[in-house]
Amino acid sequence: MAEALAFYSLAAFILGFAVLVITARNTVHSVLFLVVNFLFVAALYVVLHAEFLAVIQVLVYAGGIVVLYLFVVMLVNLKRPPEAHQDPRRRSRLGLVVSGIVLAQLVAIAAFSATQAAGGPAPVEASVPVAGNVELVGWQLYTTYLVPFEVASMLLLAAMIGAIILAKREL
Amino acid sequence: MVEIVIIPLLKIVIVLVAVLAGVAYLVLLERKVIAWVQVRLGPMRVGPHGILQPVADGLKLFLKEDITPARADRWVYTAAPIISLVPALIVFAVIPFGRDVHLFGLTVSLYVADINVGLLYIVSVASIGVYGLILAGYSSNSKYPLLSSLRASAQLISYEVAVTMTLVSVILLAGTLSMVGIVEAQREAGIWFFFAQPLAFAIYLIGGLAETNRSPFDLPEAEQELVGGFHTEYSGMRFAFFFLAEYANMIVISGVAATLFFGGWLPPFPNVAALSFLGFVPGWIWFLLKVLFFLYVFLWIRATLPRYRYDQLMRLGWKVLIPLAIANVILTGVATVWL
Repeated sequence: MAEALAFYSLAAFILGFAVLVITARNTVHSVLFLVVNFLFVAALYVVLHAEFLAVIQVLVYAGGIVVLYLFVVMLVNLKRPPEAHQDPRRRSRLGLVVSGIVLAQLVAIAAFSATQAAGGPAPVEASVPVAGNVELVGWQLYTTYLVPFEVASMLLLAAMIGAIILAKREL
Repeated sequence: MVEIVIIPLLKIVIVLVAVLAGVAYLVLLERKVIAWVQVRLGPMRVGPHGILQPVADGLKLFLKEDITPARADRWVYTAAPIISLVPALIVFAVIPFGRDVHLFGLTVSLYVADINVGLLYIVSVASIGVYGLILAGYSSNSKYPLLSSLRASAQLISYEVAVTMTLVSVILLAGTLSMVGIVEAQREAGIWFFFAQPLAFAIYLIGGLAETNRSPFDLPEAEQELVGGFHTEYSGMRFAFFFLAEYANMIVISGVAATLFFGGWLPPFPNVAALSFLGFVPGWIWFLLKVLFFLYVFLWIRATLPRYRYDQLMRLGWKVLIPLAIANVILTGVATVWL
């Protein structure tokens, strides 16, 4: 009961701030609403007893990624999106079409998952010899998901090298 | 009921009041220490030996006119000092001041909360504090604050990496992320982690100086360079918030250093039986002494060293501290597995 209350109120805030992100006039305000959104998602993780994920969400997303977004937004100082079409009616027609397609996809996913049997993969605690949030995540990362973990780090390295090459004036 | 609601509330109130009073007197202590280093006396007029100076300062800041620049972003301008101060204060929820005391038949633990990801909570909350700086500079609608806030936040996020790496090496030794667990690990190992990880401590201290914008890394708020830095356009209580946040961050860094590297509430040499008489001094007094020692080191460094130029500062962070910190993590990991 308390969990449902917490979940629905957090979800309302998350959705509300997400709507504010896309409707804010000022781009910096939009980024700030995104930060608050991420903080509420972290609270959702805490409700789900995934405290490690919650703190990592704040540390990496809200405290790292969005800070860099904020740098770019402040320095570039956009007044309106650069590629927006001049005619507002055509813009809103295109927006309606795209959002209709996304809505259809979401409804299809929801209907499909409602017809599936309940219960997904088995909970992890049964099969690993460690207990506790951080230990479980670490164990899974280094045994079951080792290859994706290493590939993700290669991806980050490639992104970093790409950024350095793009930014440096002479190598 | 009492244990779940009243006692934590009381603890929170006590911790907040103590931290705010401590911050106010830390400002006075800084002026006194720097004065003594410079062979003068510091504030002496207000109260005996200037003891009431923080009261005078607080009253002055409270009563000052609250100015908002024209065409400043009102909401963000108002929110920035709050975003700076709140993370600095909520970190004190996980810092353990001592073990347990027995009061009125209840066993009260001397920390507000012991969460199992305590150390990571501290790092993540500190990374939220960066927003206060960025938004203050942006919302002031003025050149110097914008430049300064960009520099300050770039400095903060750079040194965050090095500091987090040193914390990782401590976690490797302790085997847990909980702050109380780390102190207990030091008690079981019998030594303070400072002796096991001197390089990590050195990097942590330097990174901590940079994280709190203290000398010699205080270019973002140096008066000679950038007028007032990111808080140029702030006056009165909002300016006081930024100051409170900076000094509270100093106390946080000292508290975390005391907990992680110097044994928290443990007396010196906890494993030497001959020195067990030191256990008669309560744990929280040891903790207080260690925190005061670190605060004194902060002030001492401020009084002594000249300021880093910004490019030297960034070079130090990225090219020296981060590789050293990562090498330390690797060495610690290897040593933990093989020894």
